[in-house]
Amino acid sequence: MKRIGVFVCHCGTNIANTVHCDQVAEVAKDFPGVVYSCDYKYMCAEPGQQLIQDAVREHNLDGYVVAACSPRMHEPTFRKCAERAGLNPYMIEQVNIREQCSWVHADKEKGTEKSIDLLRMAVAKARKNEPLSSSTIPVTKRALVIGAGIAGIQTAIDIADNGFQVTLLDREHSIGGRMAQVDKTFPTLDCSACILTPKMVEAAQHPNIEMVTYAEVTAVDGFVGNFDVTIRKKARYVDFDKCTGCGACQEKCPKKVSSEFEMGLGPRKAIYVPFPQAVPNKPVIDAEHCRYLLDGKCGVCKKICPTEAVDYEQKDEVIVERYGSIVVATGFDQFDISKYEEYGAGRYPDVITGLHLERLMNASGPTAGKIKRPSDGKVPEKIVFIKCVGSRDEAKGRPYCSKACCMYVAKHATLIKEKMPQSKSYIFYMDVRTGGKSYEEFYKRTQEQYDGQYIRGRVSKIFQVGDKLIVRGEDSLIGRPVEIEADLVVLAAGMEPRADAVALARTLGISYDQHGWYTEAHPKLQPIETHTAGIYLAGVCQGPKDIPESVAQASAAAVKATGLLSKGELTSEAMIAECNEAVCAGCGLCISVCPYKAIEKKKVSERVHGQMKERVVAVVNPGLCQGCGACTVNCPSSAMNINGFTNEQILAEVDALCQR
Amino acid sequence: MSTVEDKKQTAQDWEPNIVGFACNWCTYAGADLAGLSRMQYPPNVKLIRVPCSGRTNPQFVLRAFQKGADAVLVAGCHPGDCHYSTGNYFTRRRYLLMQRLLEYMGIDPRRFQARWISGSEAPKFRDVVTQMSEEVKALGPNKKLREEL
Amino acid sequence: MKYGFYPGCSLHGTGIEYGMSTTVVAKKLDINLVEIPDWNCCGASSAHNTDPLLAKALPARNLALAEQYGLNDIAIPCAACYQRLKMSELAVQKEETREEISEIIEMNLKGKARARSILEVFSNDLSEERIREEVVKPLTGLKVACYYGCLLVKPPEVAIDSTEHPLMMDRIITTLGGTPVEWDYKTECCGGALSLTRVDAAVMMTAKILHYAKLAGADCIATPCPLCTSNLDMRQKAAEKALGISINLPVYYFTELMGTAFGIAPNELGLDKHFVEAKSLLQNISAPAGQ
Repeated sequence: MKRIGVFVCHCGTNIANTVHCDQVAEVAKDFPGVVYSCDYKYMCAEPGQQLIQDAVREHNLDGYVVAACSPRMHEPTFRKCAERAGLNPYMIEQVNIREQCSWVHADKEKGTEKSIDLLRMAVAKARKNEPLSSSTIPVTKRALVIGAGIAGIQTAIDIADNGFQVTLLDREHSIGGRMAQVDKTFPTLDCSACILTPKMVEAAQHPNIEMVTYAEVTAVDGFVGNFDVTIRKKARYVDFDKCTGCGACQEKCPKKVSSEFEMGLGPRKAIYVPFPQAVPNKPVIDAEHCRYLLDGKCGVCKKICPTEAVDYEQKDEVIVERYGSIVVATGFDQFDISKYEEYGAGRYPDVITGLHLERLMNASGPTAGKIKRPSDGKVPEKIVFIKCVGSRDEAKGRPYCSKACCMYVAKHATLIKEKMPQSKSYIFYMDVRTGGKSYEEFYKRTQEQYDGQYIRGRVSKIFQVGDKLIVRGEDSLIGRPVEIEADLVVLAAGMEPRADAVALARTLGISYDQHGWYTEAHPKLQPIETHTAGIYLAGVCQGPKDIPESVAQASAAAVKATGLLSKGELTSEAMIAECNEAVCAGCGLCISVCPYKAIEKKKVSERVHGQMKERVVAVVNPGLCQGCGACTVNCPSSAMNINGFTNEQILAEVDALCQR
Repeated sequence: MSTVEDKKQTAQDWEPNIVGFACNWCTYAGADLAGLSRMQYPPNVKLIRVPCSGRTNPQFVLRAFQKGADAVLVAGCHPGDCHYSTGNYFTRRRYLLMQRLLEYMGIDPRRFQARWISGSEAPKFRDVVTQMSEEVKALGPNKKLREEL
Repeated sequence: MKYGFYPGCSLHGTGIEYGMSTTVVAKKLDINLVEIPDWNCCGASSAHNTDPLLAKALPARNLALAEQYGLNDIAIPCAACYQRLKMSELAVQKEETREEISEIIEMNLKGKARARSILEVFSNDLSEERIREEVVKPLTGLKVACYYGCLLVKPPEVAIDSTEHPLMMDRIITTLGGTPVEWDYKTECCGGALSLTRVDAAVMMTAKILHYAKLAGADCIATPCPLCTSNLDMRQKAAEKALGISINLPVYYFTELMGTAFGIAPNELGLDKHFVEAKSLLQNISAPAGQ
């Protein structure tokens, strides 16, 4: 039988006031297995820990129980104390007689009684404790960043600067993401390209960064420290080793396509670079529109190319690479405004979104920076902004706040006034949310210096009369309907997860919320981690954010990823599932409930009646298992157990609690 | 075990013995917060810490009734908030079924509860424990499934 | 195709031409409309303004009757009747409510009957080709403002089409050879609920609809609702006065336009029962169709 020690803590008067600690220690002496029991003022203090260590040695204890505060508070302390006393740290138990007893029960007798019950429970468990150890896994010292917007670029640069290899992957053929589409940034109004492009170039030239664009992740196997990632590199039909980026092909290509980068406001060619500052600045052929690839006619780009870089025979390429950690920075889609039929969005060309306006204001955009309405090219004078379109609207399935819109609308109103002093902006809002450094001041300036007229209320309808858009809404501060004849309406469309966000989450094995935003491991204390060890989040894919926040999270993700890579090997959890292969029937029910894909089937050989037979059993991957125990309950033969929370231990606790 | 018999002598003095299974991340933390906030509640519920409410095997519940518990509480994170993503969904399904089974076996459903109490819901923890203690006290000792009866 | 038919009170009163035209058009299209025996008031709009339970129970009796006669699809021309029956249909999908209502109406309600707007029946259950087959006098050159009103598209759970930009009637008009105009007052309120209590307000609301239909270049308005029609048609004189302009837009039930295109005589469709003279416009446009 194991020799168990019991140490009852007074916690000053915190416990001793409502529990007779001496009595508890005395009664415990009669519990089965207990060979030593005492009480002391502060067990967690140095003298208390010394007392425990001395007792372990003197009484030759196999394990001990500390009756004190919550194990969520001091379990690590007493485990370390056990190690110093030469015990396996998992041989001890801590029982909570402070938070769950002395502080919540005023009656000292009843408190004492409950403490005794709880202590009996813990002793019963401790008698069944076994030494546990963690295993180690080697780490591949290389990171993958999925998505190369500002968040992904920042993460990659930070990891690379810390001396680790990074692959920066994007499905578009240039890095830059949404920020590249933005004209100017709030609250400083510096030009987006001026601050982004240097970072794009830095990422492209960094010796530790490998840029893989025009590529997608199709499968992820393995686990923290060693992810095997399958990447499909889409065919570009241009040999980048030969291409010099001269641009002759783009000029001569006869096929015009509406440009995605310009939000459909301008054209591009079938062989194209999406924007002038693109990195890499070499064209790809859009197979869906290329005349040659569609019906074998044309071939102009191949004829014109001075370096013979055009290669119509190129095929998609699939590679598998191993990474130690993954950072997901896939960003967002803009809310589809055509869901607001009352705003005529999608029917009226002059009802546009914020991102459209960014392109109309951008000097290298389709109108060379002159704001002209899409319908007739007229310069608008009265501009109406409507906020919270696809945000804070449960009817549209988007109950959350998109966070950046209040500020970007203020920015738009300011810039429009600067560009066109005769213009007037009206802004319909529900609330103005400008939390952030220098944000509120910016908003105030928009109102006071830039003549932005804020109207509190929703717009119920937009309709066209002649070449005017009639915006009908409510001014809820004066309680009257209002109607404005506008030339241009800008909807502050909210952010929504990428259309394929859920598919990627499933590929990666990370969780997502009801909207499709990726879920952080803890909303406050682990906002960077996912529930899947080794995979981190950066930027808007986790939830709406503005640029500074995305960059901050990106750097944080880089720290997390670097921290993981800098370890030579990983220690796995000790209190995890283990399969008793002798009784496992290989049914696989455990596999179906495991949230971490930590259980696999394997074949074992054994001798039955003198013959070697093969059968299938479950095996737990200690690198992935987090010890939740879902598998144990699902196991029909009780082959699955959680070390440290075994069936036997919990049953012993139940028995002890019922035995009074 | 004779003490159990002694304690049941008068209904007035009798106090129920309730075994609680609390997940480490939500309900156990909620109970700790109730302590930090010095909330007062009856001392009848004793918590066994488990990693996840989904770790609570129905066998544990049956064993508790068998060994003389008057009621059993299984408590964990709210559905959707599970630390392990999906554990409490299994708990929810499993214990709806279990409650029916126990009722079929003659155990009043008030003696077996599955509740969602987050780490910040100390008042809810206090209320659940208080209510359950009072209800079970009114019901009297459980006689079903007990091995000594 | 066989449907239960719920005419409601309007089709015997203010909307008599809606009933006449629906019946002949349905016959042309081989749609068998079987009037639900002993149907009762749908409750609009007095019932749901006074007692929510009564508002469910009154239409539910009609649903139960339809079920009894095996008429599980009920075609309803009046938009208000449609909405009341649809609301009741949705409410009795809940077992609890169904039992409660069954007890009140003393009939066994199974929750099988479906309330369908006649517009939805013509638009969804028939192919465009089927309608085109019957067209002998295409509405060539006729510019129609399709006005849906509120009851068929709001609230969203009973909507037969998009709540903000419905197109069912527009498609039918196109099939008939006419030209639906692009306009934005399709689902604005006609002021129906105020038509007796606040005539001044109702007139202004009606006037706006008429005005925008005119601005959109329409020759006439098509509706699927007796209440809207009486407001737009009967109050058009008052609206003209309020706006100080001449409007002169005939207001047709869409079934009247279907009937006209099918070559049915104007009096069979009830075209002589309008306030704003309605026959000559259709005579004029139908003339060149013979070429």
